[in-house]
Amino acid sequence: MTAALRFDPIRLPPVCEELRKEVRAFLAEEIAVGTFDPHKPQREDSDAPEFSRRVGARGWLGMTWPKQYGGHERTFLERYVVTEEMRVANAPTRRFFVADRQSGPVLLKYAPEHIKMDILPRICRGELCFAIGMSEPNSGSDLFAAKTKATKTDGGYLINGAKIWTTSAHMADYMIAIFRTSPPTKENRRHGLTQFLVDMKSPGIKVNPIGQITGQHEFNEVVFTDAFVPDDHLLGEIDGAWKQATSELAYERSGPERFLETYYVLTELVRALGPEPDTRGAEGIGRLVAQLHTMRRMSVSVAGMLQAGKEPVVEASIVKDIGTIWEQQLPHRVRELSAFVDGEASNHATLDELTAFATKLAPKLTIQGGTTEVLRGIIARGLGLR
Amino acid sequence: MTETDNIVVETAEKIFADLADAQSINSDKQGSWKAPLWQALSESGLPLSWVPEDCDGSGASLAEGFAVLNAAGRAGLAAPLAETMLAGWLLAQAKIASPEGAMTIAPVHPKDRITLGVDGTLTGRARGVPFAQDAQFIAVLAHSKEIVVVALVEAAACRIEHGIGLGGDPSDTVTFDGVTPLTFAVAPQGFDQTALLLMGAVARSLQIAGALETLLEISVGYANERVAFEKKIAKFQAVQHNLAKLAGETSAALAAATSAADTLANATSFDDAVMLEAAAAKIRCAEAAERGAAIAHQVHGAIGFTAEHILHRYSLRALGWRDDFGNESHWAVALGRMVAARGADDLWPLVASR
Ligand SMILES: Cc1cc2nc3c(=O)[nH]c(=O)nc-3n(C[C@H](O)[C@H](O)[C@H](O)COP(=O)(O)OP(=O)(O)OC[C@H]3O[C@@H](n4cnc5c(N)ncnc54)[C@H](O)[C@@H]3O)c2cc1C
Repeated sequence: MTAALRFDPIRLPPVCEELRKEVRAFLAEEIAVGTFDPHKPQREDSDAPEFSRRVGARGWLGMTWPKQYGGHERTFLERYVVTEEMRVANAPTRRFFVADRQSGPVLLKYAPEHIKMDILPRICRGELCFAIGMSEPNSGSDLFAAKTKATKTDGGYLINGAKIWTTSAHMADYMIAIFRTSPPTKENRRHGLTQFLVDMKSPGIKVNPIGQITGQHEFNEVVFTDAFVPDDHLLGEIDGAWKQATSELAYERSGPERFLETYYVLTELVRALGPEPDTRGAEGIGRLVAQLHTMRRMSVSVAGMLQAGKEPVVEASIVKDIGTIWEQQLPHRVRELSAFVDGEASNHATLDELTAFATKLAPKLTIQGGTTEVLRGIIARGLGLR
Repeated sequence: MTETDNIVVETAEKIFADLADAQSINSDKQGSWKAPLWQALSESGLPLSWVPEDCDGSGASLAEGFAVLNAAGRAGLAAPLAETMLAGWLLAQAKIASPEGAMTIAPVHPKDRITLGVDGTLTGRARGVPFAQDAQFIAVLAHSKEIVVVALVEAAACRIEHGIGLGGDPSDTVTFDGVTPLTFAVAPQGFDQTALLLMGAVARSLQIAGALETLLEISVGYANERVAFEKKIAKFQAVQHNLAKLAGETSAALAAATSAADTLANATSFDDAVMLEAAAAKIRCAEAAERGAAIAHQVHGAIGFTAEHILHRYSLRALGWRDDFGNESHWAVALGRMVAARGADDLWPLVASR
């Protein structure tokens, strides 16, 4: 029997609609005072620390976490609304997003109490930026090929080696990383990796920027030379990080950020085609909106499952797989349809500029957070094929 | 889904399993399964699910009926259940009681138009009417000068040219040549051909999603059985990835169709939200049918191309259902026009309205 796929038609409750209004009003204010320009996704986010703090002050970070750690004990669906509004407005979320989505939940689960009490409230206040240290030059998809070593020493561990493609490492306060604490065993290739909380200000850590084809700088190489991590910064089980890391990735996979990264080109296309597009233009918009709407219904549905305490691993992987393919194709489809835009359309230049940027950005969408091929392997496992 | 949903759907599924087993039907060239299947369906009251009790129907909720249609899609059902349900629903819009017996509905194509003359007779032609040759009655949506009417017509009073649709079920051309309806009544305010097409589009979307669910299930099952190069083909990564894509298409179809059904079941009018949901569902389900059917056949190799194998009972129906009640091009243009008219800044609020 095939694992039955479920995508219940979850509707967002009224509390979410109230919240949505608040978020929209907040973002409109931020745009008005010049914090960011929603038509400039090209900018880099490293300069928006004050924005992070204001988002934190609104109570929109750590929304689902316990109050004792500065969280707000709200629902996944409420967090969902905040995420999609921020994404659609092109708000500068890079500084806080990883901590809120991923690192915080890992700490909640695996960090000792005093670390949680120290760090989680600061994430909630929007003061901290986190990076994820999984990939290495020879281990991306194949995570258990990771070689960067954590060697036991007095009161902690010494780290030697390098991480790569590390988003935001250049502005991060902390990194949650996996390091090799012992070799893999014959029976279990996944054995021997341990997860650590790394203070990026520790001596022996060097961050080397890596440019991207968009012209932006977001990811980095991080080199460790006898960098010290104290014992109480070890997260979870020694040698048992494989399971922790994969369950962490579940947080990465079904959110609205997984199909909305190039959304702005669709809005600009609708603007450029005007209120009465010809048949080809109308059909093009209709097909794209049908896809967008379907992706969102799927994504909301998974948020509903998370809220209900389920573990929709396969469903989440499906949303990321088809969501990232959709957002990757979007600039190409918009480019085709832009042939039907009137030369005098007032936003022609903006449309062209955004389409060009989104086209350069698109290749990364099906790679970051687990490649299409790796996701399809997870889905196949869920279907009972492996 | 509520508890009552489950009981209605369980009843339907039991009948499908007992009397509409795909393998038995596929090997029965005489069609001897038809009468017992329809009799069991009639006795269960399922064909008149959407007819209120005071109009001699079963009075099931829209949600329950939609769930039945999804199950009918999973069964690749070759009987006019969806058509009779839709016909009963259309008649009930104008407070016309449903007769007993199989029904179908006209028109199913956006470009076809049936008119009611001043003499009270119907004129016009409807193409691709599903199961018209098997139906005793046809529920018709017709236009007169200013008003929209719903009419109940005896199938025998119309000229019916037999045709066979892609999925192997009747798909006929019905000509109304001054046909006098048994009865007709004015449709409620705001109800028009678009409303009928939206409802039909959601019904077909649920059937397509159901057929895809079965295509996924039998394809996974086959991949886990068939051995090539000394291993199950399920162990080849290329096959796994194809099936993962089929699961994605199935999920998208299911999510879009059930969301649209839920919206219609709770809507008070055929507004922009219904339009977005129903049009998006029909477009996405049609695309999923195209991609999904291709993968299911690919995974089965030549055996799936044989008349003996049941695969085509699902794949061809899913593909055929794309054309009823507006195909994806029709709805894409309609949806695109609506979005464009509302303006760029209103797109996200529309999509994120629920
Ligand atoms: C913009 C961006 C930001 C990133 N940020 C981070 C970050 O913050 N932290 C971090 O740790 N990493 C980050 N990554 C790295 C990302 O997680 C990896 O790039 C990804 O896991 C793929 O690894 P790789 O690049 O080494 O490619 P490889 O693993 O070398 O893969 C190359 C190709 O081979 C395919 N392939 C590999 N193995 C298999 C297999 N078993 N079956 C089928 N196909 C296979 C892949 O799917 C891919 O198509 C980021 C990447 C990008 C692009």
